[in-house]
Amino acid sequence: MDRNLIFSRSSFLWSAIIFTVLLLAPFFAARFYIYILSVIFVTALLAMSLNLLVGHGGIYQFHHAVFYGVGAYTAGLIAAKTSWPVWIGFCAGPVLAAAVGWVIGLFCVRLNKLYFGMLQISLGSLVWIVALRWYSLTAGDDGIHGIRMPEILSGTINAYYFLLAVVSACLLVMFLIYKSPFGVTLRAIRDNPQRCEAVGINVRRHQLLAIVIATFFAGAAGVLFVVLEGSIFPDMLFWVLSLEVFIMCLLGGWFTFFGPVVGAAIMVALRTFVGSVTEYWTLILGIVLILLIFFLPEGIMGITFRKWARSRSRPAAARTSEGADAAG
Amino acid sequence: MLQVEDLHKSFEDFKAVNGAELAVRQGDLVAVIGPNGAGKTTLFNLITGHLKPDRGRIVFKDQEITRLAAHEICRKGIARSFQIANIFPRLSVFRNVQVSVLSQKKLSRTLFRPAQTLVVEETSRILESVGLSDKRLDVAGSLSHGDKRILEIAIALGNEPELLILDEPTAGMSPDETASTMALVKRLAQEQGLTILFCEHDMDVVFNVATSIMVMQHGHTIIQGAPPEVRQNVTVQEAYLGGV
Repeated sequence: MDRNLIFSRSSFLWSAIIFTVLLLAPFFAARFYIYILSVIFVTALLAMSLNLLVGHGGIYQFHHAVFYGVGAYTAGLIAAKTSWPVWIGFCAGPVLAAAVGWVIGLFCVRLNKLYFGMLQISLGSLVWIVALRWYSLTAGDDGIHGIRMPEILSGTINAYYFLLAVVSACLLVMFLIYKSPFGVTLRAIRDNPQRCEAVGINVRRHQLLAIVIATFFAGAAGVLFVVLEGSIFPDMLFWVLSLEVFIMCLLGGWFTFFGPVVGAAIMVALRTFVGSVTEYWTLILGIVLILLIFFLPEGIMGITFRKWARSRSRPAAARTSEGADAAG
Repeated sequence: MLQVEDLHKSFEDFKAVNGAELAVRQGDLVAVIGPNGAGKTTLFNLITGHLKPDRGRIVFKDQEITRLAAHEICRKGIARSFQIANIFPRLSVFRNVQVSVLSQKKLSRTLFRPAQTLVVEETSRILESVGLSDKRLDVAGSLSHGDKRILEIAIALGNEPELLILDEPTAGMSPDETASTMALVKRLAQEQGLTILFCEHDMDVVFNVATSIMVMQHGHTIIQGAPPEVRQNVTVQEAYLGGV
């Protein structure tokens, strides 16, 4: 596959620079910041997986954290309660998350927009209740902590490199999907499902496939959380986290590919650095959101792309934050 | 090619289509006319599967398509444009047409091949044929109204249809745009051997272009025939043409 067909020269260069800096980060950054970067990796993968549905598919998946939790609980329970190798849990986590996503999606794709979202919250909450109430298996609201990882993954630095490798691989696969005929069709469905039906596209089937892919990656993010923190707890499946991830997509730019990564980085930084000063860090988040709605409705990456397109005298592309795709 | 038999569709107490009959032969340019609310758009929505009829039959190329979903009907060879420009506004003009070509070639669920390499020639050829090549990189939502209507036709052509249904293709256009759009429709029909079914309010357009005209009123068919026959029909003159 010709690289130039996938990446523009500038996006390849920027990706290579960022990857190299992240690869070298443990040599110059304090361990605390390496941990924060690891948290950003996990959160960014979760936000990217949601944005595949919300930003690129126009699918209102309001309760996406459920699949993150399913991935984490699968990996965590296999590691904590069985003698199986943890790698089995690592593989089973995303697969089970995608299976749950498929089942819930089967019901939800029959509905549109807000009705889809409402049913998805309801069905997702059933899964959360299982994690909260099935004490004998999940330890209920206490969760399970201190899940041991193999030597190769234990410690902040080892976990960091593992997370960097897996998240990079996942983002690369997601980018290929974004650029594929399926990605283009998904964005067309977001823009106009009725027109898609009229050109022979089975909209529901495409939406269901998108849900399976997105929930697979959400499950992968859940597995990575277990690697990093060694914990699982029901709040991972609670709707509040789903809302936070939704905000990350809006904040970063939901019509852009890398926007959710920026949104995740800002949210994690706010929670960590402002949260260490005041417990009311969500107040700052609220103000940021109000400013965002008024001044940057397409998110940070959305406005950045517009400015870049204007500076490069690409008026057609500048009319939308998705111009890079539109022009492609 | 297309037979509509005793078709009915009601919305609560309102009978939008009430026993409509229509016959379209291969190569025809059939116009459906009638006053506002006569049921023309509902009839098109029923034929293309966007609405399900209460009763009646729709047969296309000897196959009953009455209860098929819209995407299944499209696969049988019926493509359409809508009354209000119905495009993919955030995608480029090129992508708008490419989406329908990818669908036609059954490539829309391909995951790991760059879309940029696929169906480029076919898409470019369609844009060339409707005169939108120079706007291929423009964001579709930023096009003029006339260009959006043309783009809609281009999207429909991506499905390589045998029957093209156009719902008021010149609505909101200036007289010049109307003339050029209808000339385009006629040329496409000749060059590509398309059968065309369209509805239109401009009677000059209808009587200049159509080879057959079906007149609707209150959801049912008053008459279908060649333009001179329709023009001379007393019922039509009283009901719609105002004594033309």
